[in-house]
Amino acid sequence: MRGLSFHYGRFQALRGIDLAIRERQITALIGPSGCGKSTFLRTLNRMNEVIDGARTEGTVLLDGEDIYQPYIDVVALRRRVGMVFQRPNPFPMSIFDNIAFGPRIHGLARGAELDALVETSLQRAALWEEVREKLRESALSLSGGQQQRLCIARLLAVDPDVVLMDEPCSALDPISTLRIEELMDDLRESYTIVIVTHNMQQAARVSQETGFFLNGELIEFGPSERIFTDPHDRRTEAYITGRFG
Amino acid sequence: MTSPASRLRGTLPRRTRRLLANGLMWACATLCAAAALVPLGFLLYYVAAQGLPAIGLAFFTQVPKPVGEPGGGMANAIVGTLILIGLASLVGLPIGLLGGIYLAEFGSNRLGAAIRFSADVLSGVPSIVIGIFVYALVVVPMHRFSALAGGLTLGVMMIPTVMRTSEELIRLVPTSLREAALALGATRPVTVFRVVLLAARAGLVTGVLLAIARVAGETAPLLFTAFGSGLWSTRLDEPIASLPVQVFTYAISPYRDWQAQAWAGALVLVTIVLILSAAARYATRGRFRTVM
Repeated sequence: MRGLSFHYGRFQALRGIDLAIRERQITALIGPSGCGKSTFLRTLNRMNEVIDGARTEGTVLLDGEDIYQPYIDVVALRRRVGMVFQRPNPFPMSIFDNIAFGPRIHGLARGAELDALVETSLQRAALWEEVREKLRESALSLSGGQQQRLCIARLLAVDPDVVLMDEPCSALDPISTLRIEELMDDLRESYTIVIVTHNMQQAARVSQETGFFLNGELIEFGPSERIFTDPHDRRTEAYITGRFG
Repeated sequence: MTSPASRLRGTLPRRTRRLLANGLMWACATLCAAAALVPLGFLLYYVAAQGLPAIGLAFFTQVPKPVGEPGGGMANAIVGTLILIGLASLVGLPIGLLGGIYLAEFGSNRLGAAIRFSADVLSGVPSIVIGIFVYALVVVPMHRFSALAGGLTLGVMMIPTVMRTSEELIRLVPTSLREAALALGATRPVTVFRVVLLAARAGLVTGVLLAIARVAGETAPLLFTAFGSGLWSTRLDEPIASLPVQVFTYAISPYRDWQAQAWAGALVLVTIVLILSAAARYATRGRFRTVM
């Protein structure tokens, strides 16, 4: 998959963003609350469209195709570009049915194939060992960290290319956070990951490239190491050193 | 000079006053709660006391005997009520449920407001008026009373209840669940039917059971739609007996054993409502929460 590149203009929340996201690596987006980073993330899988009055201008390219063209199948897009949310949101069904939901509605697998797919997805999300005995139990009986890994497994089951993560660890304890960060590092070999986080240490830990957002604009973007040690823009520096945000 | 600790203690009259006021309010609240339960308790006791003697196997298995002959039962009325409830559900549940789904998912416009208002008006229409309406529309053209007409009446009465309950429950399902489904590539129909309804199922079952409990005891509209009957009938195009109507007929009659049977019928009706309400409670125990 070729990287994403786009420029993007939207008066209310995002202004004239030009950004290219490389494949098979983790790109972090940081910035203070309300700066538009979550909004930006949601434009990548057209989740903003569920909100009334949302308007998008500009182009977002996935593999060279503008995903906002009217002929693009949103359903297929969301399969390829999956999303994990801030608070884990498992369906009120069994663990198995949660993972199987995606494959079932897209008709990807049935019967024994489906069982295998569920197992693989749970393994990829580092959750298989913990739940293999209780696949038929309600997903709500899992702990917060486990539920978030379940949501990741659920998303992996539909075989996406890109995984978007909107502050996935902000509702979790430090140990679960660490496990998810380890998971992300494993996943980046096969998927392109974009993570929004307000935790700068996390961004520095896991990502290869980082973008700093402020008031709807992309202020700076580059290799994470450089952003955090030698930022070019003084606003970036101010945020990183904790002078605001 | 008072120390901070002693300022905390407060003066004696103030403390006593507060304790008294507290106790008084608590006593009033308890009394009011008890007062609310008294009519129900009285009713249950009386119906049970009067109705139990007439309950027996015959009551559940036999049809009414002609006047003067002892014995007989309300088997036809019990079955009739079940048939009418079944017909009513066939009409009321799909319309109510789908209407509720529509209102919850797409109903923030003027059409939705109009539908909601109409449903509220409909639920306020006296049941006898609905009965007359169905009489004019179904009974007259068919030239006969029928179970169909009775079921239709009850179904129409069920619609507003089911619709409003479903709408509220569907709205209660958190957006995060819908987003999760959408993010996986689900379409709107899939999201609604496979996720949202699943999450709301406990409450929906309750709503349905309570709607059924409500229409099970309606008498007036059945008087000129299903009409009632002394015979065994399960045909949809003929008059059919039902518990409330049978109770009505027997209760105002001058015959002692018919009156006793009326009490028994009332007892059965109350029991049905109790069972449905308990089932509704059971259906929502603990599993009501959809997400943490």
